[in-house]
Amino acid sequence: MLDSTQKLLQGDEWIVNEVCVAICTVNGSGSATANSILYRSLFRMGILTSGKNIFPSNIKGLSTWFVIRASARGYTGRVAHDDVVVAMNSATIHKDVTYLQDGGVLFYADHLEKPEIKDKDVIVYPMPIKTLMKQVDVPRNLQTYMENMLYVGIVGQVLRIPEEILKASIEHQFQSKPTVAESNFNIVKLGFQYALENIEKKDHFYLEQLPELSDYILTDGNNAGALGALYGGVQFCGWYPITPATSLVESAIEQVDKLRKDPLTGKNTCVILQVEDELAAAGATLGAGWAGLRAMTATSGPGLSLMTENIGLAYFTETPMVIWNVQRVGPSTGLPTRTAQGDLSMIYTLGHGDTQHVILIPGTVTECFEFGWRSLDIAEKYQTPIFVLSDLDLGMNTWVTKRFEYPNQPIERGKIIWEEKLEEFKDWGRYRDLDGDGIPYRTVIGNLSPKAAYFARGTGHDEYGNYSEDPKNWSDMLGRIGRKLEGVVKDLPEPVIRRSKVEADIGIIGMGSTHDAMIEAQDILAEKGVNADYMRVRALPANSAVREFIASHARNYVVELNRDGQLEQILSLEVSEYSEKLTSISVIGGLPLTAAWTAESILAKEKKGGKTR
Amino acid sequence: MEKHVELNRIGLSLADYKGKPSTLCPGCGHNAISNQIQAAVWELGIAPEKVMKISGIGCSSKSANYFLDRSFGFNGIHGRMPTLATGACFGDPSIKILGISGDGDTASIGMGHFKHVIRRNVPMVYIIENNGCYGLTKGQFSATSDQGLRLKHQGVNILPPLDLCMEALISGAPFVARTFSGDVKQMKQLIKAALSQNGVAVIDVISPCVTFNNRDEALQSYSWGREHEAPIQDIAHFQSREEIQLENFEEGSYREIQLQDGSYLVLKKIDKDYDPTDLHAALDLLTESYKYHYFATGLIYFSGVPPTIQEKYDLPEESLNRLTKDRLRPSRESLEAINATLY
Repeated sequence: MLDSTQKLLQGDEWIVNEVCVAICTVNGSGSATANSILYRSLFRMGILTSGKNIFPSNIKGLSTWFVIRASARGYTGRVAHDDVVVAMNSATIHKDVTYLQDGGVLFYADHLEKPEIKDKDVIVYPMPIKTLMKQVDVPRNLQTYMENMLYVGIVGQVLRIPEEILKASIEHQFQSKPTVAESNFNIVKLGFQYALENIEKKDHFYLEQLPELSDYILTDGNNAGALGALYGGVQFCGWYPITPATSLVESAIEQVDKLRKDPLTGKNTCVILQVEDELAAAGATLGAGWAGLRAMTATSGPGLSLMTENIGLAYFTETPMVIWNVQRVGPSTGLPTRTAQGDLSMIYTLGHGDTQHVILIPGTVTECFEFGWRSLDIAEKYQTPIFVLSDLDLGMNTWVTKRFEYPNQPIERGKIIWEEKLEEFKDWGRYRDLDGDGIPYRTVIGNLSPKAAYFARGTGHDEYGNYSEDPKNWSDMLGRIGRKLEGVVKDLPEPVIRRSKVEADIGIIGMGSTHDAMIEAQDILAEKGVNADYMRVRALPANSAVREFIASHARNYVVELNRDGQLEQILSLEVSEYSEKLTSISVIGGLPLTAAWTAESILAKEKKGGKTR
Repeated sequence: MEKHVELNRIGLSLADYKGKPSTLCPGCGHNAISNQIQAAVWELGIAPEKVMKISGIGCSSKSANYFLDRSFGFNGIHGRMPTLATGACFGDPSIKILGISGDGDTASIGMGHFKHVIRRNVPMVYIIENNGCYGLTKGQFSATSDQGLRLKHQGVNILPPLDLCMEALISGAPFVARTFSGDVKQMKQLIKAALSQNGVAVIDVISPCVTFNNRDEALQSYSWGREHEAPIQDIAHFQSREEIQLENFEEGSYREIQLQDGSYLVLKKIDKDYDPTDLHAALDLLTESYKYHYFATGLIYFSGVPPTIQEKYDLPEESLNRLTKDRLRPSRESLEAINATLY
């Protein structure tokens, strides 16, 4: 299969479908489109690939990086080094090359100052971008944009991406605009042709076409979450823009008209409303949930801080709502365009007084879809706010992920009762526990029975919603809410467990978007003789499977993207009898986890004999 | 002997519109408002189940419990009442919303939401029970307290007041009124008119706090209100044109406004000719009344009703909260199509 016309480097072998390509550009230059085309091309070649956009909190003119990792072995977590650097940004080129390893490859626009590469064997391919651009007639305002298409052609050819695959990816990118697709492809072809005729391949990296990844799609977690909510029957979304949650709601806005027309009347069945701030976003979502609509909002850390009081009100009035938190780096404004898992502790007991929330933690884009609809069901069944904890990496980056599966359960509306059903109850009260499961029956506005109304309030209330300051009543009310939420555990997603090939006495535990890096770390550890089972927690409160996993390992390393080891702290409390078995491995900095760092950190702790808090 | 109970056009008595017993101070202006709300809804023949009450925090917001016990109610958090109303209005657009707030709730912590709920034109009657002070925290200045006001534990207020009718006007409210807890006749007519139309209607009710802010010189006291009230028109609400008894009015001395539900508001000129459809006249009136210390009450502004927020979404006639599950989940085929586009 290898290109026999190419001369192999003396004594070296080809590295097939294992490459990390960093494309270094200036933001606002249109490079995102070019990078997507390269990324999709790898995916279309059947190669498991990830694409991570490392971008500034800025619209135009600052440095941005797009890192594509292809892996025949299926390891698509971030790596800290690069195999190939595509240097298009004069501001960062000298630094960018320092991430290359021996045998690495540098493509650079030859109008930039050629970087000095010390103590490393790097193959350098200059790209005559400006010269090539002179050969084509491109409007001035599209010059920079089209320069990016040149590197698509050049890099694509050198890595041996078939021309027809690049063409198909371009056509996908510009689906509705065939003439734009054609003009872009012409530039890509120009670069491709240049490379074919002028670049002698000296590097080792080679992409080989594999069978199609027909069970997979290419999309981001925010789009998946939005679709999940739309398929989950969401009827109201009150929101306020904030990175990195904005694109979740924008994905919903783009698709709501197509997906959510009432089959009977052709009218809209979902309202998406941008309001004045996050206080209003939470308030409106709560109001809609109280009024009997399936309601959600999406935000990130700072927005969540503002939503807190209303979410406490939802908890205590037992009003269903779903809150997506697409995490960025905090505290404060933090790093708005970087990723973290630092809101877990905050969310778990968000609000003053005794609160306890339910958190779903998707770790794949496909799970973002699934938890998108499931969260609405759980919220209505348990009449409480449900959090879906995503992050920037999962939400905004495009992932190769399993196709979305249609919900396997009908929509769950919980114990909403209308006029007729209400008649069956002798002594209904909004907060009466009639079934012994802590979940009361709920009426909503529009129920015209004279017995249906109740007065919802954030103040102390009895089983009928009447104001009460009675100590026993307060204790009973909050006790029942607590009991109600003990029941929720059975409806939460089980952890995902990946066993070691041989029996392991070590456990590694993660959550959310670190999944790919964790799997790779597990395998690296095994290669180094440390066998570990891996568990990804997908919901809190933790269930018995989480407890058993921790109990059955001598040492459990909890790996997460925050300073204080928040998941480790929560598990230490929830599974307190085994807290000695838990050790925190945490990292901050705003970048996705790497397997190498994770494995090294665990190995270092293991050398010290495990537990070192 | 059987007691005669008066019934409204849907066969309900005023007792069907009662709330829980008020726990506000005896003589509180807010109790008068509660009474007039239940009277207005009863007289209009709106079933209590067709109304929802939403409020924030404060004495005013507590009062939502003291009328219309058969209506759903939500006593939320401080200043955020309009946000709850915004979401709740989509549940069932046939349910009238009574938003109950105070000057602390609206003019300070909730000012942003107040203006934005108007901008969105959420169909609701937004009643501010404005007593110029914080009652439930025992007598602090509010943003509507007059400059120079002296309160027991506060000293002298050094800041000028905000005028909530002015804020409503410049935010684009289509219906703005001011009335007085000491003028229940006018108040009831305005509440009825506000309930008879479908956009956001703001009623700023000056409603004395008998415990903390009722000294004669206070802008929101009973005595100041009684001495300085200058109604801009006599107001009468009629269910239909036929009910309007024109012999009570001299030709040219009144103005008729047809409301959305087909009812009429008749405004009888009192002093000078005031045109409540003129935004500039309304702003002038409010500016002058503060400057010259008189208390202009009545229908300050009416512009007809721009489309409500619900009308902008092309929703089904059936209420959204009753749609069955099969109408909320897109088809299996549509998801397969999406999967195909994402390959």
